[in-house]
Amino acid sequence: MAFLLYLSSGIFLGWSLGANDAANVFGSAVGSKMLKFRTAAVIGSIFIILGAGISGAGAAGTLDRLGSVNEIAGAFMVALAAAVTVFWMTRLQLPVSTSQAIVGSIIGWNFFSRSLTDMASLRGIVITWIASPVLAAFFSIVMYVAVKWILNRSKIHMLKLDIYTRIAFIVAGAFGSYSLGANNIANVMGVFLTVSPFRPLNLFLVRLSPADQLFILGGIAIAAGVASYSYRVMRTVGSGIIRLSPIAALVVVLSTSMVLFIFASEALEFWLIAHNLPSFPLVPVSSSQAVVGAVLGIGIVQGGRGINFRLVGKIASGWVTTPIMACLLSFISLFFIQNVFNMVVYNPVNYRITPEVAVKLHEENVYRPAIDLLVNVDFDDAVSFSERLKESDMGLEQEVIDRIISFSEVHPMRVNLALLDRELENNWLKSERMKTLKTLEGMEFQYKWQLYDALLAVSPAWRMKSVEPRNRSYNRILTEKLSYLYRTFAVQ
Amino acid sequence: MHTLFNRTNELIRKIDQFIDLTAQSSLLFKLALKLYLEKRYDEFENRFISIKQIENQADAVRKDIESQLYEQTLIPESRGDVLGLLENMDYIADSAKSTMLEFSIEKPWVPENIGKGMLDLAEPVNKAVESLVYAVRAYFYDINAVKDHLHLVKFYEREADSQTEKIKRDLFAMDIDLACKTQLGGFIRRIDNLADEALQVADRLNIATIKRVV
Repeated sequence: MAFLLYLSSGIFLGWSLGANDAANVFGSAVGSKMLKFRTAAVIGSIFIILGAGISGAGAAGTLDRLGSVNEIAGAFMVALAAAVTVFWMTRLQLPVSTSQAIVGSIIGWNFFSRSLTDMASLRGIVITWIASPVLAAFFSIVMYVAVKWILNRSKIHMLKLDIYTRIAFIVAGAFGSYSLGANNIANVMGVFLTVSPFRPLNLFLVRLSPADQLFILGGIAIAAGVASYSYRVMRTVGSGIIRLSPIAALVVVLSTSMVLFIFASEALEFWLIAHNLPSFPLVPVSSSQAVVGAVLGIGIVQGGRGINFRLVGKIASGWVTTPIMACLLSFISLFFIQNVFNMVVYNPVNYRITPEVAVKLHEENVYRPAIDLLVNVDFDDAVSFSERLKESDMGLEQEVIDRIISFSEVHPMRVNLALLDRELENNWLKSERMKTLKTLEGMEFQYKWQLYDALLAVSPAWRMKSVEPRNRSYNRILTEKLSYLYRTFAVQ
Repeated sequence: MHTLFNRTNELIRKIDQFIDLTAQSSLLFKLALKLYLEKRYDEFENRFISIKQIENQADAVRKDIESQLYEQTLIPESRGDVLGLLENMDYIADSAKSTMLEFSIEKPWVPENIGKGMLDLAEPVNKAVESLVYAVRAYFYDINAVKDHLHLVKFYEREADSQTEKIKRDLFAMDIDLACKTQLGGFIRRIDNLADEALQVADRLNIATIKRVV
């Protein structure tokens, strides 16, 4: 029950996402009266929930790597800071991205808890933010030129074209809603993944993992936002950057949906990799920014006339202000509830290089003689440990530092299969992996890698595959299972 | 879905029917004028009845289209343009009917050379309406072809204007009653009016076409 109370900020964030971002998918159709709001709201709600439940995991993983919020009150505050930022910026009539708000907010938590921000993930996310509107513009230019070419030759009657456009709006809207749910659910529920007390659930023929349950809940919150508040946003969205014809609006919806989809779909990633094609990182992107890119694409094809560049500038400024504002708000509010309400907003993570860790570092070829200086020295947080490792007397490269930090994280665990009764009942683990785990019953470990090595020593079923694009999905799933075990077996 | 397509096909058929009726009213107008000038009054009256029927039918079809477009909330972006276009186009059949009505009531005496001039004038007038009909049809099916027809409407309307001026000059140079000259001048103006109506619709269509960029 208490968890649901904490989850309310995520629900609020989901609601504001639904109220704002659904307009990016259906706004032009409803604004131009091509679709009734009720039709848009029903289709939008259903497909957002489906997208969140079926394809939400990919982008959520990236957010989890960026910063793993490890206390429920912290997760509550991080989601609330993002939601307030979104709400506030919307009130100021500034275009806002939920993705940027949540990333800024998580970084705020990282600063506050003195955790390290995974720069590789952050870099990937920021590059995607720039790439997504560019890609949307590219898609819309190609599609617009193609559609125009086809329409000029097909001589379809205006009224038939109207019907086809309406049907296409429904299909594109459903696809867009699915993609929005899949891509943006990470923003809403991503921070709760680590702290969720949900257990696997068998619902008729469907087995829902804890993440699935969170995502469906978040999807419902987004759908509620669509149904209750998105109408007024949809009605005003048409008079934005440039006036669009229904066909151009349809191209914008399709381009935006495609961008959201390619940055969310694990199935597409798998297919691309299987066909030796470059794949896209699974990252939550902003549907608002993708729409801006797509609309600008149409504007470019039409010769740049009538583009409201002042509005474009205003939107671009939001790309910088949103994450900064969310980061500050998150940091300040975490400070506030920790010191005023005495709440635990993060679970301190200690680091220690024991002789066992030193041996492990040897095995992993990241051992350097200077590390001996730090053996059995305790560090209270990742930042001070990282700063010490970066000092000139150590002479360590960044990549080595990152690996030393990950191997030195103290995370006491005791294997207790009773905690996994429901998971094991539901065949959450393959039988081979389950057998291995049973052999470790009652054993204690100080480091995550120790548990992993112990599992590997018993069976190769736990082995990660080589780091290649085609193995990415396999390794990701295995990593998620291991993370779940580390969390479940953790002892204070 | 099937009903939706059926209803749309039905509406498309009605719009096509309305355009056909406008074209027919202009053709009958020319034919009726010829019959009147050849003094075949019975046949003229028959044609006049046909024009009246066509005008009534066009009115009914237009109202039907109007309510169907609103009820089914079709083409929200272009609905106003389409309705305005059809309403203005309806004036062509109206004008054809009211001119023939005046001929039927007043039965004006037309000197031979003026009668020939009137028939010559009916030619570009009819061509202007015909070109407009092509342009309106293109607006629904092939937007890029609209302009090709629109410039013809303008051309024939100007042609009709210069014919009108010539006939009127000839008329007022004749040694006949001023009352007769004024009456015939009114008829010449009424015939030319059909081309003017066509040009007005063409101007609206031009703007509607620009607005309907994909």
